[in-house]
Amino acid sequence: MSSFAQEVPLSWYLLLSSVLFSLGVVGFLIKRNLITVFMSIELMLNAVNLSFVTFAHEWHAVKGQIFVFFVMMVAAAEAAVGLAIIIAVFRARATLSVDRINLMKL
Amino acid sequence: MNVHLHLWLIPLLPFVGFLLNGILGARLPRWLVTVIGLVAPLVSFVVVANAARSFFGLGSALVSIPYIETCPFSWISIGTLHVDFSFVLDQLSLVMLLVVTGVGFLIHIYSVGYMLGDRGFARYFAYLNLFLFFMTLLVLAGNTLLMFVGWEGVGLASYLLIGFWYQKDSAASAGKKAFIVNRIGDFGFLIGIFLLIGNFGTLTFAEIGAKLSANPAWQGGILTVIALCLLLGATGKSAQLPLYIWLPDAMEGPTPVSALIHAATMVTAGVYMIARTHVLFDHAPFALGVVAVVGAATAIFAATIGLVQNDIKRVLAYSTISQLGYMFLGCGVAAYSAAVFHLVTHAFFKALLFLAAGSVIHAVGGEQDMRKMGGLRKHLPVTFWTMTTAVLAIAGFPPLAGFFSKDAILFAAFQQGPSGMLLWFVGLVTALLTSLYMFRLWYMTFMGESRSPEVHPHESPWSMLAPLLILALLSICGGWIGIERFSQFLMPSTGARLAESATPHLELYLTAAAVAVALLGWLIADRLYRQKPELPAQLANTVPGAYKLLANKYYVDEIYGATIVKPLLGFSRYMLGWVVDVAILGGIAWLLGGTALLTGAILQRWQSGNLRSYAAWLALGAAAILLFMTAPSMLGAAGVNIHLNWMGR
Repeated sequence: MSSFAQEVPLSWYLLLSSVLFSLGVVGFLIKRNLITVFMSIELMLNAVNLSFVTFAHEWHAVKGQIFVFFVMMVAAAEAAVGLAIIIAVFRARATLSVDRINLMKL
Repeated sequence: MNVHLHLWLIPLLPFVGFLLNGILGARLPRWLVTVIGLVAPLVSFVVVANAARSFFGLGSALVSIPYIETCPFSWISIGTLHVDFSFVLDQLSLVMLLVVTGVGFLIHIYSVGYMLGDRGFARYFAYLNLFLFFMTLLVLAGNTLLMFVGWEGVGLASYLLIGFWYQKDSAASAGKKAFIVNRIGDFGFLIGIFLLIGNFGTLTFAEIGAKLSANPAWQGGILTVIALCLLLGATGKSAQLPLYIWLPDAMEGPTPVSALIHAATMVTAGVYMIARTHVLFDHAPFALGVVAVVGAATAIFAATIGLVQNDIKRVLAYSTISQLGYMFLGCGVAAYSAAVFHLVTHAFFKALLFLAAGSVIHAVGGEQDMRKMGGLRKHLPVTFWTMTTAVLAIAGFPPLAGFFSKDAILFAAFQQGPSGMLLWFVGLVTALLTSLYMFRLWYMTFMGESRSPEVHPHESPWSMLAPLLILALLSICGGWIGIERFSQFLMPSTGARLAESATPHLELYLTAAAVAVALLGWLIADRLYRQKPELPAQLANTVPGAYKLLANKYYVDEIYGATIVKPLLGFSRYMLGWVVDVAILGGIAWLLGGTALLTGAILQRWQSGNLRSYAAWLALGAAAILLFMTAPSMLGAAGVNIHLNWMGR
């Protein structure tokens, strides 16, 4: 396994992870469609997963791997709830545009 | 010997009655309410009677006197001060308990008939039982603090019962007046208790007495102050000058309440308290003199007002104040046993007077104005004869109860030298006035022809007449025990005073004088209200000033209103209401509220409702935290060394 690490340095993984995360943040901020926003969140979660796995491999610690499973589980639950909310919002307002879902204010 | 008298049952049973009737009463049938309301005082009375039996050695065994029951749990224990729930039964509290539970039970019976048609039947009995609970607590208390609890409690019960018909405005405000005026007296009592703690380190009557008898030379000084504070408390509860003003208004309550609380028992609590703490007063001659003067002044003052009142209950109220004045006079000349003797006989005949007056009021359909009565003798024979007994008793005709006790007080006053003779003279004039206004009431109510022909009076039911008859019997026989035997009996708790007469026939002469003035009062009343009914009006016209002064009760209420109530109200309204409440408190509240509003108005803009703006703030915050975490190491790498003292590291 160490040969693999010698081929691809740690920083590359971290760079990929941060690029994915930034893509997620940007998508989260600029996209108007609720489903796209939701996908951006998944992207961010998986970027974090990648860095967890990377460090777990680097430091030979299994905790990071375990944490990834937790994150995936939470992501699955979140996907179920989030999609249900999206469907409910669409039924109620016939739109998925984030800018038009603005009732959460005084 | 270990005989258990179970004193704790005496207050507890009425309290259970209060709880049952107070909580469930509205849902219980009327007969059950009656049973609960009557059984509680009856069993209390039986317990007291049983205690009296062991006291006199009639039962199986004699108890040691004073008999003390202490609750196993201490109440207050601060430093050297220990206060227990302790009940003390000695001669004084036994006599008082017999009166309270005995007369109390009779009045409970009477109330069944009197209050039968009232919607608040259960509430009434709950309050009445509550009163008995606190009153027995007051009497049994072995220390001033426990007595104070009972003292406040009877004030509460009195307030509740005066304002029993709370729908009536006058009743509600009379209740408030009684409560507030009593607060002034209670303030004095409380200060007295604090001074006792400070100077004696104990509140137990027995220990105070022991400390004083160990220091016979300790006279006056702080003891006078304590005694005067206690006297202030007593004047409030016992309606003496200058705090008597609540008692006449207290007649707004139901008549049995006036009989029980505002004639026979509660208002005598002040006399009882002075007799209970008499060792203090014995060491404070000045305070004792004040007691005597207050008593004598109140006696004659109230008697003159009583002369011109037209409301039958108000006449009796002023008469009560006047008789309480006698008791204070008795206490003031250190004739405590005579004062307690008068307390007992007064409880009999004044309760009887009130109950008979209640029977009259009941008969004529709620009318209390004597000018609209008259000629009731034919319609209410039982009430008439019992009332006559009571009138003769209070006027002081031998051999009825009032004669013996009043005579004892007057005799004791006469023995006190020149100033005592002045007090005696005031007492004698008061006796004349007493006889006069009582026979005036008697003539106006029962004699002559009816002045309201449209009403058809009817005699009261037996539940009301039976207590009248028993009380009438007591009013006749109550004094036969005689003051010598009575004071002999009370001697261990009230001290032996009552000197024998110096000159052999002095007592006889004084007695003759007292009877003579009583007779004189009757004759005057007979002339004014029977032979020449037009004479009183003419008399009032010849001295209109004096008559107006009396009819308006010396304008005392008005004077208090102008000098105390009005400035207080003004102070409350302007100083406390505007300056403190509106300006200071309101300003602070406004400042706090304004700050919150302003902050809210600024922060509100964050709550745009736009999901993407929330997301942007979230990302910005995350970026800021990231920057904060990484900045030191990044700067360190760039050669700048900064020390962030973060989280105490």
